[in-house]
Amino acid sequence: MPVRAVSRGELAPGILRGGLALVALLTMAAGDASNGRAIIANRQLSACLLCHTGPFPDPHLQGNLAPSLAGAGSRLTEAALRQRLIAPDPDSIMPSYAATAGLHRVGKQWAGKPVLTPQQIDDVVAFLVTLRAP
Amino acid sequence: MKRLLPLLLLCSIAAGPPVDLRSGYDDASAETRAMQDDDGGNPGFLWVREGEAQWSQPAGPLGKSCASCHGDATVSMRGVAARYPLIDKATNRPMTLDRRIGECRTDRQQAEALPPESDAALGLAAYVGLQSRGMPLNVDADNPFVAAGRRLFETRMGQLNLSCAQCHDDRAGMKLAGAVIPQGHPNGYPEYRLEWQAMGSLNRRLRNCMVGVRAEPFPPDSPEMAALALYLAVRAKGLKVETPAVRP
Ligand code: HEC
Ligand code: HEC
Repeated sequence: MPVRAVSRGELAPGILRGGLALVALLTMAAGDASNGRAIIANRQLSACLLCHTGPFPDPHLQGNLAPSLAGAGSRLTEAALRQRLIAPDPDSIMPSYAATAGLHRVGKQWAGKPVLTPQQIDDVVAFLVTLRAP
Repeated sequence: MKRLLPLLLLCSIAAGPPVDLRSGYDDASAETRAMQDDDGGNPGFLWVREGEAQWSQPAGPLGKSCASCHGDATVSMRGVAARYPLIDKATNRPMTLDRRIGECRTDRQQAEALPPESDAALGLAAYVGLQSRGMPLNVDADNPFVAAGRRLFETRMGQLNLSCAQCHDDRAGMKLAGAVIPQGHPNGYPEYRLEWQAMGSLNRRLRNCMVGVRAEPFPPDSPEMAALALYLAVRAKGLKVETPAVRP
């Protein structure tokens, strides 16, 4: 899985601590999967279900702009899942959940903040890993 | 196959503005369309009636009404909404219809400004817009502001880093959080939105879309909003004016 080089400025402080290599970052910290599930289910917080479908309540309120999250943990390694959240393909509409730079006209209440904190990203990844294909 | 899915999604995505124009009406439910089609049941007509009354109501120290200058709106305002935004001769900048009405109010009637999104402002705009209902949008595209508007439309913005075009050009017809993404045309404004339980201007809609991607919205009277409104009208050329439209 090729990892896009991420400049430090693109990532929220705390994610790349003291010049840690991205490789290290991709294998960091274990999160809380049940909290991760709650974060994804909370549309206002994470916006995941605006674009994705997945094994969550109210399928009629989910988007179809992106692949289903069902089975994501079987398709992708933990490191690859983490990369999707932190440094998605720049041509994709999937936003970076860690970026605070390289963005335009971010609203005042969100300026300088990533969508999710490093801990929340860990939690989401811990949950995605559990989404196995049947 | 599953690995191919993202790729397939990308491939199904068109580039550039829509070729087959679909009004938001075409993407609305049968009930919403029926509500728009029946002037008696279309809640937008509550505002239209208020605007009609205001048209001939004197305001300001000169005691002038819209009718004092423009006479019968069903004659003088016919086709106007289909031509706006246009390039204002005095300032050589794009001028929206909402802005023009506001300018008549403050400069020519010398009356106090109508607050944006007030029932009075929306009512007048809806009454004027109604006089062009059914006429195809035909805005003058021969000016540099159209390209400026298009650039804004195609620029990613906000914490969620999305452009108008990524939703309305590339993913129209797909679902965002369960709601169909319309092509994003301005032909129904001001319009009644069931979500708002009220009438609202195009500015209000664009503001909603910008806040939706967690961007700082352009101010209502900014050159950027005017350029976006102009580009939207050019992009929707040929679609019929539906004011007052009803949308989800
Ligand atoms: C604005 C749309 C959007 C949002 C919001 C979004 N995604 Fe995505 N995501 C995509 C798209 C589109 C893809 C497909 C691959 C690509 O284009 O990068 C994708 C790919 C993924 C993948 C890889 C799926 C696979 O099978 O390859 C995962 C995992 C993922 N997203 C998780 C999330 C999570 C978790 C969130 C919220 C915290 C989220 N996404 C928010 C659009 C989005
Ligand atoms: C993340 C997706 C997304 C982005 C980005 C977005 N919009 Fe929208 N837009 C929508 C959706 C969904 C609706 C329909 C809402 C509804 O009907 O409830 C909409 C509605 C509209 C409408 C109303 C169409 C009608 O028929 O009334 C216009 C005009 C519009 N958008 C313009 C824009 C512009 C201009 C931008 C950029 C400044 C933009 N949008 C950004 C999703 C988006």
